[in-house]
Amino acid sequence: MSTEPILSARNLVKRYGRVTAIDHCDFELMPGEILAVIGDNGAGKSSLIKAVSGAVIPDEGEVFLEGKRVRFNSPIEAREHGIETVYQTLAMSPALSIADNMFMGREIRMEGILGSVFRRLDKKKMEEIARQKLNDLGLMTIQNINQAVETLSGGQRQGVAVARAAAFGSKVIILDEPTAALGVKESRKVLELILDVRSRGIPIILISHNMPHVFELADRIHVHRLGKRLCVIDPKDYTMSDAVAFMTGAKEPEAVAA
Amino acid sequence: MANQDNYESAVNASDKQAEFDYERKGIVHRIQHTLHMTPSLVPLVVLLGAIIVFAVILGGRFFSGPTLTLILQQVQIVGILAAAQSLVILTAGIDLSVGAIAVFSSVIMGQFTFRYGIPPAIAVALGLAVGTGIGAMSGWLVSKVKLPPFIVTLGMWQIVLAANYLYSRNETIRSQDIREQAPFLGFMGQRFEVGSAVVTFGVVTMVLIVVILAYCLRSTSWGRHVYAVGDDAEAAELAGVNRHGTLMSVYMLTGFICAIAGWVMIGRLGSVSPSASTGVVGNIQSITAVVIGGISLFGGRGSIWGVFFGALIVGTFELGLRMAGANAQWTLLLIGVLIIGAVAVDQWIRKVSL
Repeated sequence: MSTEPILSARNLVKRYGRVTAIDHCDFELMPGEILAVIGDNGAGKSSLIKAVSGAVIPDEGEVFLEGKRVRFNSPIEAREHGIETVYQTLAMSPALSIADNMFMGREIRMEGILGSVFRRLDKKKMEEIARQKLNDLGLMTIQNINQAVETLSGGQRQGVAVARAAAFGSKVIILDEPTAALGVKESRKVLELILDVRSRGIPIILISHNMPHVFELADRIHVHRLGKRLCVIDPKDYTMSDAVAFMTGAKEPEAVAA
Repeated sequence: MANQDNYESAVNASDKQAEFDYERKGIVHRIQHTLHMTPSLVPLVVLLGAIIVFAVILGGRFFSGPTLTLILQQVQIVGILAAAQSLVILTAGIDLSVGAIAVFSSVIMGQFTFRYGIPPAIAVALGLAVGTGIGAMSGWLVSKVKLPPFIVTLGMWQIVLAANYLYSRNETIRSQDIREQAPFLGFMGQRFEVGSAVVTFGVVTMVLIVVILAYCLRSTSWGRHVYAVGDDAEAAELAGVNRHGTLMSVYMLTGFICAIAGWVMIGRLGSVSPSASTGVVGNIQSITAVVIGGISLFGGRGSIWGVFFGALIVGTFELGLRMAGANAQWTLLLIGVLIIGAVAVDQWIRKVSL
């Protein structure tokens, strides 16, 4: 690995009262890769990801984006730097339309006086872009971009959330358990979507409990244990049982470097 | 991927991709879908139905310019309060203090003019500012301190109403004094005729508020954020919506609109009275109009036009039944039926996704 990591963290620490969720943890994401983050429940995966995506402010340590030190005080700031997160809950408003959801918090206003004085939204343009983005990902044949998100199936919602991230995430996309709530078939579609996003050169952090999915997609696997990075493994060199053994502490990795 | 256990082989990965095809499932489903897209249709149909029924029963006595515009005049205060109420309810909150804010604001406009000799226009502006300020306090308690809106505004209702009596020393400003010394306070009550219809500035204000709010809620990002915060505040925040800013703006705007209702009250009642019934029943009346208008009490759904129609439905029932000589209790009974019916329809519309 001669290239610079696109997103990295050094010595992150986050404490909640007496609990240390992140304990001097390091983290690296290389350009163009899918990095899976696995770990037992409570190992601190989510805290780590929140710390690099701005949802949580670490007590100590530094985060670097493309070699430059960054400090995110909110997910919105991280977003402005091109880091998009698809949360497990998807962060969508069920009663609003697909287009509304895709542009939530970054709506496009009309040009001229209608936009600057009357603050009128350019719905047509937003709908067009939303449709375009969904099509770009070869995602779906859309009948109605104004359909409320709650009328979509779980897989479709996930698809829209991923499309939203892919549409705006210029540097890094973080996916938190994207297949946890989905059936086997729907998961398959989301996995294809993830590979599709990577093929556009955007690196992805994938947090997942599903070992087959992790081993299928990931270029490297970051194993998290007791609040820190235990090791980074190449899925080609290890089996799923090995990975689970590392996660639970049943087995120690021979060489911590990867 | 050499080690991958291939247990998904039974699933054909080349199956059809997820589609957005909307399956039409007959007329009922189509109606359900239409209502889901335009929730204000239900109250509009009920309103038109009520007008037609009363027009048939009462004939030209009811279906005339003066009578129909009388309905508008009778609902102007409740209509404005309901418009304010709908904003808060859209954010999944509730504002029990709307009536109290209106009365207190009207008292401030009146007392500032007569007690301190402040020019009426400035007194009105100060009254509007006080209403906005009370809204800001509620908003801050809801958004920053994270208290439930019901509790915050229940308390605020009592506080504002008590402050209203204490400050006014329970004195009423007579309409004669207002007419002679400060006609601007009663400006909203001035009437002009359009054909046979009688319109007051208060009615015009109510319609303007509804039109402006409808535009803002539909066509600006602020409006989208109000819906998103009401739908799922956490999701909206993660998606990049300024939750605190949105809630603050909603509660402040609600306070401001309630204060406008206070100004309209002076015009409608002629006098300024701290014991105006709006302070006590204004909340319930506004919530009734909102619910009949099809705005979901769970937030994030419904339209302001529905609320406008909801307020008019109540006004139409009241006037129509009174003209028909029915006992006033029938109005209350029918409104009760409408409230329950409206919520039932709301629940049904929500099931469109299933």
